[in-house]
Amino acid sequence: MIDLMLAWLTDPANWTGSDGVPVRTLEHVVYSLVTLAVACAIAVPAGLWIGHTGRGTFIVAGIANGLRALPTLGLLVLFVLIIAPLIGNDLAFVIPSLVALVVLGVPPVLSGTYAGIQNVDPAARDAAYGVGMSGRQVLWRVELPCALPLMFSGLRSATLQIIATATIAAYVSLGGLGRYIIDGQATHDFPQMLAGAVLVAVLALLADLLIAGVQRITVSRGLTGRYRRTAADPPSAGPVAGGAGSEGDRVLDPV
Amino acid sequence: MIEFKSVTKRYPDGTVAVDALSLTAPTGQITVLVGPSGCGKTTSLRMINRMIELSSGQILIDGTDTAGQDAATLRRGIGYVIQHAGLFPHRTIVDNIATVPMLVGWGRTRARERAYELLERVGLDRRLARRYPAQLSGGQQQRVGVARALAVDPPILLMDEPFSAVDPIVREELQTELMRLQAELDKTIVFVTHDIDEAIRIGDQVAVMRQGGLLAQLAPPAELLAHPHDDFVADFVGRDRGYRALAFSNAQLPALREERTVRLGAALDGDRSGAGDDWLLVVDDAQRPQGWLDLRAGHRDAAADHLELGGTTACRDGSLRSLLDAALSSPAGRGVVIDDTGRLLGTVTAREVLALIEAERERPTSSAGSTEPLEKSTPG
Repeated sequence: MIDLMLAWLTDPANWTGSDGVPVRTLEHVVYSLVTLAVACAIAVPAGLWIGHTGRGTFIVAGIANGLRALPTLGLLVLFVLIIAPLIGNDLAFVIPSLVALVVLGVPPVLSGTYAGIQNVDPAARDAAYGVGMSGRQVLWRVELPCALPLMFSGLRSATLQIIATATIAAYVSLGGLGRYIIDGQATHDFPQMLAGAVLVAVLALLADLLIAGVQRITVSRGLTGRYRRTAADPPSAGPVAGGAGSEGDRVLDPV
Repeated sequence: MIEFKSVTKRYPDGTVAVDALSLTAPTGQITVLVGPSGCGKTTSLRMINRMIELSSGQILIDGTDTAGQDAATLRRGIGYVIQHAGLFPHRTIVDNIATVPMLVGWGRTRARERAYELLERVGLDRRLARRYPAQLSGGQQQRVGVARALAVDPPILLMDEPFSAVDPIVREELQTELMRLQAELDKTIVFVTHDIDEAIRIGDQVAVMRQGGLLAQLAPPAELLAHPHDDFVADFVGRDRGYRALAFSNAQLPALREERTVRLGAALDGDRSGAGDDWLLVVDDAQRPQGWLDLRAGHRDAAADHLELGGTTACRDGSLRSLLDAALSSPAGRGVVIDDTGRLLGTVTAREVLALIEAERERPTSSAGSTEPLEKSTPG
């Protein structure tokens, strides 16, 4: 089976034309990117607002977590049944697919963003207001940078789920890597199915690596604990002695 | 000068956190708000920079009502130091300190320069500048917190239990450091603590507050110890207040007795004992006391290993408290008195200090509070 799959993957015929791997991968990437962008456009501002103001936390607790329980395939079929009669062209299937995937992507990003803001050290937030930052400045200069690690983990989780689930677009006769899985099943071409699954997994891993790279660049080292060592510093990143110690000596001077 | 005029904070559920508080924090002095949990001391402090809005009354800063000003602008002109420092974890130390200069629109270069200057001013190594808060100890973080508050040189500093989360030794260092800074900077400081010892040590005046946000007594530390206004204050300032009050009285030093000394590391000849005294004071080359040597132990030399290190020293211009403590803590029963440079002046016994205290009590004019608390002007 593995041999057959490798044979399928290495067959030049499968890498050309409108149903070749490059085209299918591109379709898959486009579906995923559009979905992720829409999900973030909804979830990030909402998460920031809820976390910053503390209002509407029930949205996170109730709706966002409730959404996770919905079966995406069921949603897709439902949306197609509702929307397709309203729209005549190709979009009749594209929009339901994207909406179903957005519903999948919103909860992790929303929860991550909200939790990130909520978990900011209360003393740091208090100090931010205390030194004279406006609410907006506190959000952008303190809360958001401190929330980034959790926001990224939400984003990564959403990305993995969306890429894996975007295969269902093929179910309603759209493209993407899901085609190989759906078509393979229809024709009992199991090597093709397996090849499709492997391609989806590779794509998901690559996307995760890419986001991890971005995360590494954007998140402050003060939050991750990956401190840069300068030549003057000892290897240990612990507290430096010094500064303290000279005071109070006279009082305690032993005699 | 900060004036509270009948300031009340009442929460929607009816709780009164601060009740008709009127007090003045004079310019260039440290006013300490002290009291048990729930007495409204932190609420009072936070109403000054409007982190909490007052329900009724007025707070005036140099005659101007704070209520009429934009809250964020008001806060930028007031230094704010809190418990656990509250540093921004994603910013380096130097950028933490430069926060307010950047907010008020200094350029980055100038803000950083100022931050480096302040880093040294609060006694930290410049090498720490590029580190992150998580890499610093609690005491170091708190120093950075003070530096951040001082960045645009605000005339007022609000400090909300700034030293209560660090261990006692570091706390004492930070207190000493604050008093040293205050001697240089002359800020108007309002300081909240639940620790009466801290209040007495650093305060020019102390406001004792009680449950329900009521002011129990406002007085200089010495007066608070000598004349507590009521049972609550008396209880709060504690049992050994008589002893602690000695920290605020200075007396003419008695005639100090000359002490036989030996250089550190010198050999001992046999005939030193037998003079009716078993203890010998060991000094270094600069006549600075190093420790007591027990002659009964039969050591042949005055090596550092043989010294009893238990005693404290008193400064020539120190308080009666430090003098008495030196005498009581000395293994020889004689307290060591030194001058400003640490050189030995002589010794004094507890009996002599007590006689001094008795004499001080009988002097009719020496009411507590009038004496200058000298111990505070000679930190470190």
